[in-house]
Amino acid sequence: MESFVPFIVIMLGAATPLIFAAIGELVTEKSGVLNLGVEGMMLMGAVSAFAVSITTGSTTLGLLAAIGAGVLMALLFGLLTLTLLANQVACGLALTIFGIGLSSFIGKDYVGKPLDALPSMDLGWLSDIPVLGPVLFSQDLMVYAAIAVVAAVAWFLYHTRAGLVLRAVGESHHAAHAIGYPVIRIRYMAVAFGGAMAGLGGAYLSLAYTPMWVEHMTAGRGWIALALVVFATWRPFRVLLGAWLFGGVTILQLHAQGAGIAVPSQLMSMLPYIATIVVLVLISRDATRIRMNAPASIGKVFHPER
Amino acid sequence: MRPSLELRSHTPRSILYLTPVIAALLTAFSGGVLFAALGYPPLEALYAFFIQPLTSLNGLAEIGVKATPLVLIGIGLSIGFRGNVWNIGAEGQLTLGAICGGAVALAFYDVEGVWLLPLMVIAGTLGGMAWGAIPALLKTRFNASEILVSLMLTYVATLFLSYLVHGPLMDPEGFNFPQSRLFHDSALLPTLIPFTRLHLGAAIALFIVVAGWFVMARTLIGFQVKVIGLTPAAGGYAGFSQKKVVWMAFLTSGGLAGMAGLFEVAGPIGQLSPSVSPGYGFTAIIVAFLGRLHPVGILLAGLLMALSYLGGEVVQIELGLPLAITGVFQGMLLFFLLGADLFTRYRLRWNRSPAAGTAAGAARPAEAREEAA
Amino acid sequence: MKTKTWTLTRRAALSLAAGAMALSAAATMPGGAAVAQDDPLKVGFVYVGPVGDHGWTYQHDKGRQAVVEKFGDAVKTTYVESVPEGADAERVINQLAQSGHDLIFTTSFGFMNPTVKVAKRYPDVMFEHATGYKRADNVSTYAGRFYEGRYPIGVMAGRLTESDTIGYIAPFPIPEVVRGINAFTKGLHSVNPDASVKIIYVNSWYDPGKEREAAETLVAQGADILVQHTDSAAPMQLAEEKGLIAFGQASDMSQFGPNAQATAIVDDWSDYYIDRVQAVMDGTWESQDTWGGLNSGMVQLSDFGPKVPEDVAKEATQIVKDIESGDLVIFEGPIKDNAGEVRIAEGEAASEEDLLSMDWYIEGIDAQLPKN
Repeated sequence: MESFVPFIVIMLGAATPLIFAAIGELVTEKSGVLNLGVEGMMLMGAVSAFAVSITTGSTTLGLLAAIGAGVLMALLFGLLTLTLLANQVACGLALTIFGIGLSSFIGKDYVGKPLDALPSMDLGWLSDIPVLGPVLFSQDLMVYAAIAVVAAVAWFLYHTRAGLVLRAVGESHHAAHAIGYPVIRIRYMAVAFGGAMAGLGGAYLSLAYTPMWVEHMTAGRGWIALALVVFATWRPFRVLLGAWLFGGVTILQLHAQGAGIAVPSQLMSMLPYIATIVVLVLISRDATRIRMNAPASIGKVFHPER
Repeated sequence: MRPSLELRSHTPRSILYLTPVIAALLTAFSGGVLFAALGYPPLEALYAFFIQPLTSLNGLAEIGVKATPLVLIGIGLSIGFRGNVWNIGAEGQLTLGAICGGAVALAFYDVEGVWLLPLMVIAGTLGGMAWGAIPALLKTRFNASEILVSLMLTYVATLFLSYLVHGPLMDPEGFNFPQSRLFHDSALLPTLIPFTRLHLGAAIALFIVVAGWFVMARTLIGFQVKVIGLTPAAGGYAGFSQKKVVWMAFLTSGGLAGMAGLFEVAGPIGQLSPSVSPGYGFTAIIVAFLGRLHPVGILLAGLLMALSYLGGEVVQIELGLPLAITGVFQGMLLFFLLGADLFTRYRLRWNRSPAAGTAAGAARPAEAREEAA
Repeated sequence: MKTKTWTLTRRAALSLAAGAMALSAAATMPGGAAVAQDDPLKVGFVYVGPVGDHGWTYQHDKGRQAVVEKFGDAVKTTYVESVPEGADAERVINQLAQSGHDLIFTTSFGFMNPTVKVAKRYPDVMFEHATGYKRADNVSTYAGRFYEGRYPIGVMAGRLTESDTIGYIAPFPIPEVVRGINAFTKGLHSVNPDASVKIIYVNSWYDPGKEREAAETLVAQGADILVQHTDSAAPMQLAEEKGLIAFGQASDMSQFGPNAQATAIVDDWSDYYIDRVQAVMDGTWESQDTWGGLNSGMVQLSDFGPKVPEDVAKEATQIVKDIESGDLVIFEGPIKDNAGEVRIAEGEAASEEDLLSMDWYIEGIDAQLPKN
């Protein structure tokens, strides 16, 4: 029990970049677009946030820069896939190659420079409550922001008209088009939101979690975020559960190693991936519910034939 | 006047061949601008990137070596992609192929024989198939998304290889460094051109290109895959199930990825080591689409991707261009190629009134067409 | 420094006809020592990571920059970064040799076999491979005795810890890392036998997020001192954040932990690279095995941090001197492994081969090194 509290605290931190990136991708996919370039957008977010923060001394500007960089990358993807109707899967992968290269190029002069981390919140007596205090009231702001974004997305998708339209576009772009919704414009916005959130996920790494810039510092988290959207069966709150599960199992295996367990570390490191598969299998058996949540036109090129 | 796009009923050959050329020219131009802006001589850089690797026999052979896994995996993946089966984990299947084929070589490290290499190829292919069978099984039996399962299994496979070369398959005379014994001669693929690394695997990849074309264009299986990809329901009426297509896609792409992995360890690497592939399984996804899911297109796309990697090395060596810029340039190349594909499927038309176009489009949604993925 | 040659395993290289490649090489090569004085000496570097990793590759590139600074126009250096340790390595090394490089450094263990293969084809090009064990007439090997730096930091950790628990973040269970853990623990237990070491392998050489998670986990398990063999400054940053003490890796990380860093084990390749380039210029280059320790400058401890009291700093400095002079031999028998088996007998010191292939934890480490 004594190590339970820090366990939760570490897990929340580890899950945060995944939550940001995954919730953004979820909105993108709900509109019927599959953007596999999350890793590239995260990296651009990370490097932009770091560069701007260190140059201006303002974290706020850094976060804005991350959002901006993520959106620009996403719009580039949108231009290719929505306007030029190119293949989404291939463009997403190309976007990752591009993002890795560009972020390394931009980041050249920022390697090895320190930056003050985002301060953890100190809510006075709230943070001092045993167990609840450290878990609920002593993280940095972005940990809470990530959870808030998930709630906001859930509310937006299922309780607003705009959310309904977005889902309709993802479900059947032709039907949505027939009713008169601007399919392409809506998808552009969804893709841009995905980019903004991926940018924030990257910024969380370079500003808060490990405040530094090193090349390719996301180390594959964009891919995990993509998997989490599928894992969540496109439902926002399940993104949280997925990220916590993945982060939790990761920390658990690190704990076991620290405690001296005699199992090869490579096998221990497999656990988060295997756990995700196992849980997915358990929750996927109800086929109809998944089909209801999966956007039917995902990955398909839309062009209103005239 | 504003431009709009019109779906082509058929693509003229000229357009099919012209678009990549235009894309290449655009890339060359914007690449030149990029290099010049960063203070590198643009023409020299472009020459080093695109031409220099092609100027020696060894360079050409190396492109073949690099393209072999990309083409093999790309062909396998294209079959699944046509049937809307999303195998994102070819990298993992490649790794398992390397492990299984490599394990055979290591089991017979002191026995030589002509039977060894075929046995390794079989083991590698089966290993890849087995790893591909997991997402197929979970998809067909439990409805679990093949995207997630295949992707996650890639990490598992890489860690498993790491475990093996740090443990059971470690070279007993290698001072406990994480790598296996070197394979002996009869466990290595023969080279096709003397004094280069171009190996038998490249010839087999070419054969697979032809076989892939034949299967997709001339057999019932190919037809079924395409039908399922376009309209899953139609397959049911025609008497074949999506499950069958999922299985077939994963066994084929897994098997070919496994074979590619075996070719890497039995070809240019010559042993098992912690990293057998610099992401071929992922790059092959781009190759498959760049090649428009057509075997010959995949062959050309694979060669082009290989050239772009080699070119990236040459500009680093010759001009000191950092790898980061190579990545940016490679991304641009892909964007242009993928973007230009537009004109193979659509025609540009200039409308007089934007409103008329929209209204017409909205009025006839039933005729709207889409292209799967 | 000691020179020693193990027999090369030749099997794999046979598939490539080395001789004919050498012919084409000879045509383009300026032939070893006979480098014309006014032609700049071309020196190539093959890196396993990006130069922006701020760790292993970053330090090698600093060494390259030192060469440029020292020799100016007399050298021309080239590097290829992020070269995967697979089929690509051989091509890159070959490319460097073919394009007229006189001296080529390949800076990762995974480049060993490709380096040896290419070296056969280009007998007039000189190769230097880091952290491996295969040599040839034109292939030297070099590595740092980083474990020598880990003994004094073990002593410091033993003096500085209050919880008697040390957290150790490791990349992979390879001899280099295990040797470091053992040396550290020996130092630790020489002054504080009660202290325990908790080890987490993150299965990556650098992944800031993962390293942070490992560090946080170790802190949660009671560690008040963090030691890392991974490259990123994430554990150092965590120690700074939590007010703990940490030891840096590869470079001086004090900018990431101005209070937390007690000292760092710094890889410094500059002198070695300059020496070897000079040797080629002088025509005195020959194949050798260099395993440079504290006394060579290849391994250094950075300045002590603010949390290191005077007496501890003095003690550590003395130990460094003793290791440099050879008065203190870290792996001197009797040494038992943690299963109780005697590994190094009394009165003996670990041989180079014992060190190179170390795959057992010493007595006192309460963890299992997974056995095969």
